[in-house]
Amino acid sequence: MTTTASTAGSPFEYAPAPESRSVVDIASSYGLFVDGEFTPASDSGSFKTVNPATEEVLAEVAEATEEDVDRAVRAARRAQEKVWGPMPGRERAKYLFRIARLLAERSREFAVLETLDNGKPIRESRDVDVPTAAAHFFYYAGWADKLEHAGYGPDPRPHGVAAQVIPWNFPLLMLAWKIAPALATGNTVVLKPAETTPLTALLFADLLRQAELPPGVVNIVTGARATGSALVNHPDVDKIAFTGSTAVGKRIAKEIAGTRKHATLELGGKAANIVFDDAPVDQAIEGIVNGIFFNQGQVCCAGSRLLVQETIAEELVERLKARLGTLRVGDPMDKNTDVGAINSPQQLARITELADAGTAEGATRWSPDCELPSSGYWFAPTLFTGVSAAHRIAREEIFGPVLSVLTFRTPAEAVAKANNIPYGLSAGIWTEKGSRILWMADQLRAGVVWSNTFNRFDPTSPFGGYKESGYGREGGRHGLAPYLIEGSTY
Amino acid sequence: MSTTTPTSVAETGRAGTGTAPATPGAADRSASEIADLARSVTGSASLDDTAWRRYLHGLPGVDKVGADGRAAALSTRSIKTTSKAWALDTIIRMVDLTTLEGADTPGKVRALAAKAVRPEPADPTCPSAAAVCVYNDLVPVAVEALAGTGVKVAAVSTAFPSGRASRAVRLADTRDAVEAGADEIDMVIDRGAFLSGRYSQVYEDIVAVREECRANGRHAHLKVILETGELATYDNVRRASWLAMLAGADFIKTSTGKISPAATLPVTIVMLEAVRDFRALTGVPIGVKPAGGIRTSKDAIKYLVAVNETAGADWLDPDWFRFGASSLLNDVLMQRNKLATGTYWGPDYVTVD
Repeated sequence: MTTTASTAGSPFEYAPAPESRSVVDIASSYGLFVDGEFTPASDSGSFKTVNPATEEVLAEVAEATEEDVDRAVRAARRAQEKVWGPMPGRERAKYLFRIARLLAERSREFAVLETLDNGKPIRESRDVDVPTAAAHFFYYAGWADKLEHAGYGPDPRPHGVAAQVIPWNFPLLMLAWKIAPALATGNTVVLKPAETTPLTALLFADLLRQAELPPGVVNIVTGARATGSALVNHPDVDKIAFTGSTAVGKRIAKEIAGTRKHATLELGGKAANIVFDDAPVDQAIEGIVNGIFFNQGQVCCAGSRLLVQETIAEELVERLKARLGTLRVGDPMDKNTDVGAINSPQQLARITELADAGTAEGATRWSPDCELPSSGYWFAPTLFTGVSAAHRIAREEIFGPVLSVLTFRTPAEAVAKANNIPYGLSAGIWTEKGSRILWMADQLRAGVVWSNTFNRFDPTSPFGGYKESGYGREGGRHGLAPYLIEGSTY
Repeated sequence: MSTTTPTSVAETGRAGTGTAPATPGAADRSASEIADLARSVTGSASLDDTAWRRYLHGLPGVDKVGADGRAAALSTRSIKTTSKAWALDTIIRMVDLTTLEGADTPGKVRALAAKAVRPEPADPTCPSAAAVCVYNDLVPVAVEALAGTGVKVAAVSTAFPSGRASRAVRLADTRDAVEAGADEIDMVIDRGAFLSGRYSQVYEDIVAVREECRANGRHAHLKVILETGELATYDNVRRASWLAMLAGADFIKTSTGKISPAATLPVTIVMLEAVRDFRALTGVPIGVKPAGGIRTSKDAIKYLVAVNETAGADWLDPDWFRFGASSLLNDVLMQRNKLATGTYWGPDYVTVD
């Protein structure tokens, strides 16, 4: 049987369709955004950020010292006590709506810069990252004057200063997930973007000045691990929101143990995408592809473990391979690119190591024919069949475009296998039987369960983990809770 | 999962090589070969309503949200410069230039025929359209006007567009068109029968019309119009596609153009998936024709992208993919000129039909 839909050798070759980068001005160097001003680091230290698709240096970015972090936290405290905290919710909402509108207006600029700095396809930054980021601000703007009706008591209060540390996989979107609820609830923010992807956060700082947000309400300190550690451990921080690896999340939890700090941690995942034999097969194929190859699989909730019912496993894998043959891997700035660059050489090394372990442990590795660019960090979409639950590629988060295919026979076995992992961030169920969807969703220990879709993000829906995937929820009404102290004046 | 279990079907059908489909595809299969294939695929000797229901309702479902999402994603492909030039010429070669009005006259059909042969008279590199599609009584005019040009004559028959006539009348209608020299017959299915579960009746209708297409040594290609706007659900579109393919259709076509919605991208993708899977199962390639509502080059290019990335490059050929359209051609000609000269023609530079 052949289900070849491969576009290789098609007479319909898509000509290059590059998005223009002229829409964005990248400065040669960037300072820290503290108290409404860009300033250099106290020791004038800096680091380079590169385009992972070309290895071109995009800019020099200031590396915040402990002293800089302290200055940012003090600015945030001042702004919280004097301006942002006392400000009525309906006034805070106006700023948030303004930020949302400006993000939408400047969406092309943000999309291009995100793709240059991160390596993700422009199609995704344009159609997912930036519009979803704007949607988050719109959504939380609506909550700002309704907090007393949110179910957290009649008079919920902000914590004060929120320290937020975000990852490199969705730099702007994670910024929006963090900043929007913090500001809506009256907290002020010191945010540290990831060291490989600081540029959209710095462009966002420029947008905040355009929105005339009062100085100090949002401060952005760029840097690496030391900067993050200084921020998290600063004594005047009230609340920590972290998205990133489970290892760093655990370290943060230890460091703040015994302090008054509140924290939410959104960590790793190894999601099961479960396909039953009565699934809508063509849409399931799309969901599997979107689940693991969206953003090169560098997604904490990626559907990296495909659990297929044995009755259709062979056929489904054939169809999946045919579909992968149509994926367009390459220049992230090309509007037709489906799979872009890996964010950093360190991440590429990690993916390569785990994929090699898959081969060494006896799983069967397959990738479609695709020519990878000669410079930059690239990893071809990869499929492993014959994967056993004991293999590392079935246990460890790869955070790359690598899918492990496992099989199951009964719904109970699917649940057992899906849950048999230290993580619990997300899961997918593909079946046309509604009752089974409800039963499965009830059994799966995952913060998000998608049915007949995958990797859909909406500001109205809470997101977060079970087990080692972390605690706390972001998005929706639930996303307000971590930024509020429940009111008790009755 | 009967759609893709090869079993013995691969042997009874043509060899499923996965290479370019052999022209003229399903047209030279005999009636008994078709019935054998249908029995083998459905696993039922009787081919009655129960057997068809069991088979068609056992096909994998189509999730509407996902199907619409896939169509939207494919719509974002950016087709520029050389690939656009190729696409525009390919679209012209795939157009069934259509006039289906009560007010049609021989003069209008002749004008349309001339345009189909040479869409852009000043440019000899501009290809001809695939066919001219007319009502039955105008077939002789079209046949005369297109003789020797390679442009086909397609006739809508079987009491088009509703199909609400006795089988005898619909077959006579078909016979009329075939005897007048139509190369292709665009028939409608009985949507009422389909929606009430009388699948065997729909199947037998198609088989009978197909026999008329091949009567007296003639070989008219059969396009089966599903009228997807009346079938309403994507599940029904998939089932009707399989029913028509198993009944011997050479092409499955979305719409008459008389019902809204006519062709849509997600419906066409569901049908492209059906022909892809049918060939994988039986080795027999079937064509797809979206018709109605495709008016701009931009829209038509989205369909070509969908063909390329769903059914595959083998279908990027007028033998396997057509557009049923009237106003599309003018827009393609204007875009084609824009690409070649950098100047956008006003509508006065292309002919009003």
